[in-house]
Amino acid sequence: MHKLLTDQPGLQMVMLGNEAIARGAIEAGVAVAATYPGTPSSEIANNFFQISRETDLYFEYSTNEKVALEVAAAAANSGVRSMCIMKHVGMNVAADALMTLAYVGVKGGLVIVSADDPSMFSSQNEQDNRYYGKLSGLPVLEPSSVEEAGEMISHAFELSETLQEPVIFRTTTRINHSTAVVTLRTIRKQISRGDFIKDPFNYVTVPAVSRRLHVKLLAHLDQAARCSDESPYNIVSGNGSWGVICSGVSFAYVSDAVQDLGIGDQIRILRIGFSHPMPAGVIKTFLASCQKVLVVEEGEPYMEESVKAFAQEAGLTLPIQGKGEGLFSRLYEFDPRMVREVMASYFGVPCPAKPRLDLSGVPEVPQRPPNLCAGCSHRATYYAVKKAAEGMQTIYPTDIGCYTLGFLPPLGMGDFLICMGSSTGTSCGFSRVTDKKVISFIGDSTFFHSGIPGLINAVFNNHNFTLVILDNGVTAMTGHQPNPGVDMKLLNFQDYGQVSIEAVVRALGVPHVAVIQPYKVKKSIETLKEAFNFKGVSVVISREMCTLYAKGFKKTKTRPYYVSDKCKNHRECISQLACPAFFLDAAGAVKIDPVMCAGCAVCAQICPENAILPVKA
Amino acid sequence: MSDSTRLIMVAVGGQGNLLASSVLGEAALLAGIPLRMSEIHGMAQRGGVVESALVFGNARSSIISDGEADVLVGFEPSETLRGLNKCNAQTVIITNLSPLPPFTVAIGKGVYPDMAELQQAIRSRTARLVAVNAVEIAKTAGNVLAVNMVLLGALIQTGVLPLTSAHVKQAIQTKTKAAFVDINIRAFDMGYEVAGQHR
Ligand code: SF4
Ligand code: SF4
Repeated sequence: MHKLLTDQPGLQMVMLGNEAIARGAIEAGVAVAATYPGTPSSEIANNFFQISRETDLYFEYSTNEKVALEVAAAAANSGVRSMCIMKHVGMNVAADALMTLAYVGVKGGLVIVSADDPSMFSSQNEQDNRYYGKLSGLPVLEPSSVEEAGEMISHAFELSETLQEPVIFRTTTRINHSTAVVTLRTIRKQISRGDFIKDPFNYVTVPAVSRRLHVKLLAHLDQAARCSDESPYNIVSGNGSWGVICSGVSFAYVSDAVQDLGIGDQIRILRIGFSHPMPAGVIKTFLASCQKVLVVEEGEPYMEESVKAFAQEAGLTLPIQGKGEGLFSRLYEFDPRMVREVMASYFGVPCPAKPRLDLSGVPEVPQRPPNLCAGCSHRATYYAVKKAAEGMQTIYPTDIGCYTLGFLPPLGMGDFLICMGSSTGTSCGFSRVTDKKVISFIGDSTFFHSGIPGLINAVFNNHNFTLVILDNGVTAMTGHQPNPGVDMKLLNFQDYGQVSIEAVVRALGVPHVAVIQPYKVKKSIETLKEAFNFKGVSVVISREMCTLYAKGFKKTKTRPYYVSDKCKNHRECISQLACPAFFLDAAGAVKIDPVMCAGCAVCAQICPENAILPVKA
Repeated sequence: MSDSTRLIMVAVGGQGNLLASSVLGEAALLAGIPLRMSEIHGMAQRGGVVESALVFGNARSSIISDGEADVLVGFEPSETLRGLNKCNAQTVIITNLSPLPPFTVAIGKGVYPDMAELQQAIRSRTARLVAVNAVEIAKTAGNVLAVNMVLLGALIQTGVLPLTSAHVKQAIQTKTKAAFVDINIRAFDMGYEVAGQHR
């Protein structure tokens, strides 16, 4: 049995934040869950995927976040408790559905998890998704710890059913990827079948209907504001006259700072856990009992703006600050020391600190950026593209996946990236206004997610570029989740379909389509050259399974390669291919680590001395 | 800060530090000591750095600021050195001595630090450096992959954490694969012993 299904209320377990969230949802009787994987949210869904094989939970990896939200929206409007999980930027993709779903509302509870990533540990931006609450008019809940995340989910479902609206459950990386002891609670019995009652004048959002629905949404928002004012998650503690208003993980840093600074008697804390709508009454009362207030929140001054507005309404003139010079930044995540120091300086108390070490004169440490795996098919494709495009002036729009790492030297393949699927759309623009050859890269999962419309656009508007689809048969970067192109039979799942990328591309009317096997270097270069010389839209599908994923299916390890004494040490393999299995021994000779080497044979094909050979069995 | 103990573990993806933190998590649960931890995996499977922060005691934060670690465990010597920004003059440091040079060194974009200089840089700035050849010890214990257990043994020997060997060994029994438990316990004991001889 999956550990998150353990039916022993009171039992304590060490859990990752994302496990606590999944467990909380199981306790709340979630019956449908849909997602598109994205760090830091992925483990919630990975757990659901396993759990769905043991219970009546319906779980799916959807093509993108918008589809995932639509799946969950329909289920919730059939009365079934549903959940939709995504990283913060996924909300942008789902936003079209979200904005009008707020008008329509839900019947069964619907909780949308938005996992924000301050500091961008694995994201392209650090947008603050609390503003989606404001923008859509939906309630937002924010836990401050792993334990609370697990417990708050049940409340989120109840709130959603009370208000008949989806609830946004906003976490940050330090909730999702922190670990703590969680106490199990009872599992509510899941109701997995629902019914949809026709009511087109409330469900079909033509203008006349939506005009009424917007009125309804505002009424729900008023009700949500009352719920926020009475919410057990907006908590005041302490009796001092120095006020601190905080939310999310900042609450932990504030609590620790109060201890460390020994200012427990002077401080009064308002922890906001229900952050949209903000609890106007609670905040006004809080402000009235304080002399000055500091707002501690990562990201944008979301609470600070509201708090200042409430002070104005209440005719209060006390100092209220949060973001600004000498205070908190809108950039990156916070840490305990930073919060302690700002609190000490704002309230004018001494700050005990362990002096940092003087690190001058410490030997420099070489960088250790993540790298494509040894034998990764993307490296082989990039090499072939580079060779095939030799002599051409190129622009390489790229996309989101492991292959984005190809932009690093020495490969240097990747010139422009803004979001999922942007490789295809931006290729259209670059090829129109420049005289360079545009060659773009997209992975299989990202192609399905949002790359297809850009390609259709290219065919229709007759643009001129080559799209290389890096089809490695899995969503590799986020931890090898399935996507519509994956052969699920390999994983012993029978009831899935499979969409052929090649058939899709041909059906779109792309005039030049070719398929390569990137480990066959010479043949790949020839085929790529033909595509690059084609005037119009051309697509080359580079098909080879992700080598890390493939390891799981192989019974025996492929034979590794070694560098023989024919090596002249010009290090072409290192400078051009940079497979991480290469290293230089003490004498400066090129060697291959046999444990790391995946035996892809690409280096052997490019070595001008034919010095790289397979290890004899 | 007083009643909590802060541990940073740094490693290269694949060195088994996630298992080490899960063992410590279980041991803390067994010992009834509150624990919060957080991990940043920076694409660990693609050879990046993995950093775990473990806070034992009543603190609510699950991350550790620069200069505030009480103890640092480095699974790879250059990563230990990189982790020095988390330390202060009272910090105890345990490091493995087997280098895994990053790929940037092979392509000439960086130089791996000299091992003697590296140790001197750490020793001269902190309270205590326990440097062990964890790979060799793990091999002797029976499995080269038990580096994490060797380092856990050394960590517990320093006495900085509020955990006993008994708790950690019990956690090793439940958290590591049955077939490896004996080897893992042996590796833990050997790490403990080596750290004890190391002054
Ligand atoms: S996980 Fe797969 S796709 Fe990603 S770098 Fe490794 S081999 Fe390449
Ligand atoms: S065969 Fe060559 S390129 Fe392929 S994994 Fe081994 S060393 Fe790397």
